[in-house]
Amino acid sequence: MALNPPEQLRFDLSIIASWIKPGARVLDLGCGRGDLLAWLTQHKNIQGTGIEQNKEKAAACIGRGLSVLQGDLRDEVQDYPDGCFDVVILSQTLQQVYQPDELLKSLARIGKQVIVSFPNFSHFSIRMQILFKGQAPKSNELPYSWYDTPNIRVITLADFRKFSKEVGYTIVKECAINTHDQERHGKIVSIFSNLRATYGLFLIET
Amino acid sequence: MKVSKETFSYEVTEDSQLLDSGIRLSPITIAYETLGELNEARDNAILICHAFSGDSHVAGFYEDDPQESNPGWWNFMVGPGKGINTDKYFIVCCNILGSCMGSTGPSSINPKTGKPYGLDFPMVTIGDMVVSQKQVLDHLGITRLHSVIGGSVGGMQVLEWCVRYPEMVKSAIPIATTMRHSALAIAFNEVARQAIMVDPNWNKGDYYQNPGPDLGLAVARMIGHVTYLSDEAMRRKFGRKRQDNKDFSFNFEANFQVESYLRYQGSKFAARFDANSVLYISKAADYFDLADKINTRESLQDLQGSHSKFLVISYTSDWLYPTYQAKELVQALKRTGQDVSFCEIEADCGHDAFLIKDSRLTNLLEGFLDGIEPS
Repeated sequence: MALNPPEQLRFDLSIIASWIKPGARVLDLGCGRGDLLAWLTQHKNIQGTGIEQNKEKAAACIGRGLSVLQGDLRDEVQDYPDGCFDVVILSQTLQQVYQPDELLKSLARIGKQVIVSFPNFSHFSIRMQILFKGQAPKSNELPYSWYDTPNIRVITLADFRKFSKEVGYTIVKECAINTHDQERHGKIVSIFSNLRATYGLFLIET
Repeated sequence: MKVSKETFSYEVTEDSQLLDSGIRLSPITIAYETLGELNEARDNAILICHAFSGDSHVAGFYEDDPQESNPGWWNFMVGPGKGINTDKYFIVCCNILGSCMGSTGPSSINPKTGKPYGLDFPMVTIGDMVVSQKQVLDHLGITRLHSVIGGSVGGMQVLEWCVRYPEMVKSAIPIATTMRHSALAIAFNEVARQAIMVDPNWNKGDYYQNPGPDLGLAVARMIGHVTYLSDEAMRRKFGRKRQDNKDFSFNFEANFQVESYLRYQGSKFAARFDANSVLYISKAADYFDLADKINTRESLQDLQGSHSKFLVISYTSDWLYPTYQAKELVQALKRTGQDVSFCEIEADCGHDAFLIKDSRLTNLLEGFLDGIEPS
């Protein structure tokens, strides 16, 4: 195959990758240029499909031999039959979705498991900005001004755990991470994660 | 790269496959061209299906074309080292049944009468075209295709291949096409047909001994040509520019450049294409409707249950087969569990965009074809 998997996956993606079983049927929402799908195809022999809104990125994925649909993920997930994927990945997109509960419901319908990751809004640097500057915070993970951000909601690890309980999802795995060095490297945060993690990753089931 | 047009003829017997209309058309001749080499495993063949008025001359040049003035219609795409690489793949392109470029069509001689068929030619469908292409592949000893690729009416043939012979199709690339014609597309075809049939020279299709319905055919092509372009492309190319920068003549001469361009395209087409073929092929495209078949899982699976891999491509400014129709196809393929990729290409040149050199299309095709596992 003409796949050129990246030498090294972004740190959060490498954790997601470690949660996926070889040969799984995987749907990656907002797959970008397909780095994760390419890596999983090469190293775990998965059957992968991606959805990407950006035409140029979607074309880049197809050009590297991946199966990718260019379109809006909220529409595209509607057409799949029930349970047609083993894992559906929603990586760093939940904060940009209008009705996250509806979307997660759709994802749980088409996939046996769902992996969700998002920037953690309760990181101490963000808390400090609100506390001392009194301004809407910006961070490496959420690098936009309040007036031109695609992120229409902000989530914390604690929020997501509570949300999962309320809507009836079981959290099978959970990982809090702190990334640095252009997100290539990072470490897993196990103590005071809601304060110290820049991203949260959750594997959920219904 | 030199190519030559070949033909393959076969008899259709009483018990072999009849046309979709139930009529037996025999013998059938299909013109085809090949590029590249079929490998020993015979698994590197790609069938390219041409659009409405195209032909088997997909790429390269004929031996008797030393000036290289007549390249194939997809010469920028198909060839050594190109997007569809003839160093890797063996390319077959057939002229469709019903056409006038070497395959049996209404201008061919009816063996029963010794005269051209004219309207005695039976109605053929996209399915009939595909069945005849299958005969050519059988003749070439090809049992499985690495891919079937085509745009517009060629894209319809691609889809028909996937439901008729799923066991033969490893991957499919329908480009700028639809599962079925919209009322708009049928309407334009009907206007084109009427333009031909009201030309007194048409003579109910019996004109081969006399001057043909060139004026009607030219008008039909003018209509067709407009549907292949787009508002943006026409605005960019012509706007309201005057012919020869002259003032209005206050009569019905071509004052605008767009008028004279369409007249030129119309008469050029009338010089090379058969009016009856336009009638038959346009009707075949109007009849085409695979929506139900693509919506059922079984028709897209071969006996072993394996699937084809699909790449659906549409263009933003295509108003003949707009993106929503490509999306309907993608939806149907997803619902039936097919492995499908889709990309809409940003282009302002309308339906014909796939015939214009563009590295985005080339990269998509090249990467997709490389990504298909060998058998």
